[in-house]
Amino acid sequence: MVGLLQRIGASTLASLGTLGRATLFLLRVIRGLGELVRRPHLLVQELYSVGVLTLVIIVVSGLFVGMVLALQGYYTLVDFGAEQSLGVLVALSLTRELGPVVTALLFAGRAGSALTAEIGLMKATEQLAGMEMMAVDPERRIIAPRLVAALISLPLLAMIFILLGIGGAYVVGTSLLGVDGGSFWSQMQAQVSFTDDVLNGLIKSVLFGLVAGWIAVFNGYDCLPTSAGVSRATTRTVVVTSLVVLGLDFVLTALMFD
Amino acid sequence: MPATQSTGESRALIDIRDLSFSRGGRPLFDGVNLTVNRGEVVAIMGPSGTGKTTLLRLIGGQLRAAAGSVMVAGEEVGGLSRRDLYRLRRRMGVLFQSGALFTDLTCYDNVAFPLREHTELPESLIRMVVLMKLEAVGLRGARDLYPAELSGGMARRVSLARALALDPEIILYDEPFAGQDPISMGALMQVIRQLNDALGLTSVVVSHDVDETLSIADRAYVISEGQVIESGTPERLRDSDSPWVHQFLHALPDGPVPFHYPAETMADDLRRAR
Repeated sequence: MVGLLQRIGASTLASLGTLGRATLFLLRVIRGLGELVRRPHLLVQELYSVGVLTLVIIVVSGLFVGMVLALQGYYTLVDFGAEQSLGVLVALSLTRELGPVVTALLFAGRAGSALTAEIGLMKATEQLAGMEMMAVDPERRIIAPRLVAALISLPLLAMIFILLGIGGAYVVGTSLLGVDGGSFWSQMQAQVSFTDDVLNGLIKSVLFGLVAGWIAVFNGYDCLPTSAGVSRATTRTVVVTSLVVLGLDFVLTALMFD
Repeated sequence: MPATQSTGESRALIDIRDLSFSRGGRPLFDGVNLTVNRGEVVAIMGPSGTGKTTLLRLIGGQLRAAAGSVMVAGEEVGGLSRRDLYRLRRRMGVLFQSGALFTDLTCYDNVAFPLREHTELPESLIRMVVLMKLEAVGLRGARDLYPAELSGGMARRVSLARALALDPEIILYDEPFAGQDPISMGALMQVIRQLNDALGLTSVVVSHDVDETLSIADRAYVISEGQVIESGTPERLRDSDSPWVHQFLHALPDGPVPFHYPAETMADDLRRAR
């Protein structure tokens, strides 16, 4: 019993310590952001590897999620004779929830894990220490551009996901299920609000971008500099990002859509 | 290019006084005194695990001393602000044991990295400097190779060229000879000594390769159990009457440093197994 309490206490303290280190780390990175303004090409490079290279999985998933949503939504709506509202259902689900959340989960798997592994390996091979001794601050040169790239990419990717999802639903709805194309769009236009739905979804994805980027770069920077350490950190990035995104999404939804 | 002999600074470029440092509750240094003068090649030797690399990190300001002082070029490293520490580091070059080359950049871009980070030089001038530095370590022909395509010794030489890129005053070498074949070892020894004299550098070589290190060092310190146990010229070290230094320099398996890790007696251990 005492042993159990001790273990709970120790792991709580350890998690709090990690959270503290992560916060201080984030503050240091934010303070060093000025350098990025002077050297935007560092950011462009990371936007490519974090954002552009994630496009394929986002495009394909967006299309399929939209198509499946159309099928499922139609079968439910048709019982109530409301199948012409398919566009509204799809657009609301995607802009409010599925777009930001699924994009963030896919992003953690594709880009977050890569960021952690890259930074962790740079640490394990002393590249970060070497950079420090060359009077180049790795927090500014390596971490900051990657964090900002995640912050910018995720909302854009989420928007692309949503657009393609709606597009996929339109194709399936009109060609396969016989929903009228005109009412698909006009009902969507009438019932989806820019501020309540689109903007809130965008805010969510910006926050998810910050969280996903932060977790990924911190886990890489904080990992044990061994091969086992890097592999554990990469796994942790995907797991922790997924859980935090889902938890945060619940809180945000509760606050936004009351 | 050679270090300017400013009159304001004393001859000692690195001056460590009463340094104490511990890690994981274990004292690594306990009252270490050590001086490196301008223009010298100073060796710091000792068995693995005595914290030689830690000493370099203390000099480079990546770690802070628990007590005592680490002065580099007249400045207390532990007390510097971030900005001043980074300014001081531009006067130091470090050769890491692994080379620490950026694996996704070619040799050329590795050497150009500090120049591009710290200077506004046009690419044509950077090219000249990079080729000069690579020529100095004999690897101008390898400039388009990636670090993965280099042998360990070549990687260290490229890393040395990169450390030299900003014309530092001090170069710190972390185990430059570890795991090298005799030819690379000879090449590295020659490069370290010649660069030091030709460019007016000051070099600190941390190593446990006794013969190689002593043959190029002006002075050497032997560290064990957190203390400097012997220091002086290589001749003086070889003549030392300390049994510990004798064991270390002559690579004897048993002596003050026992061959056996401390344990209960073999007889007791065997009896217990029954």
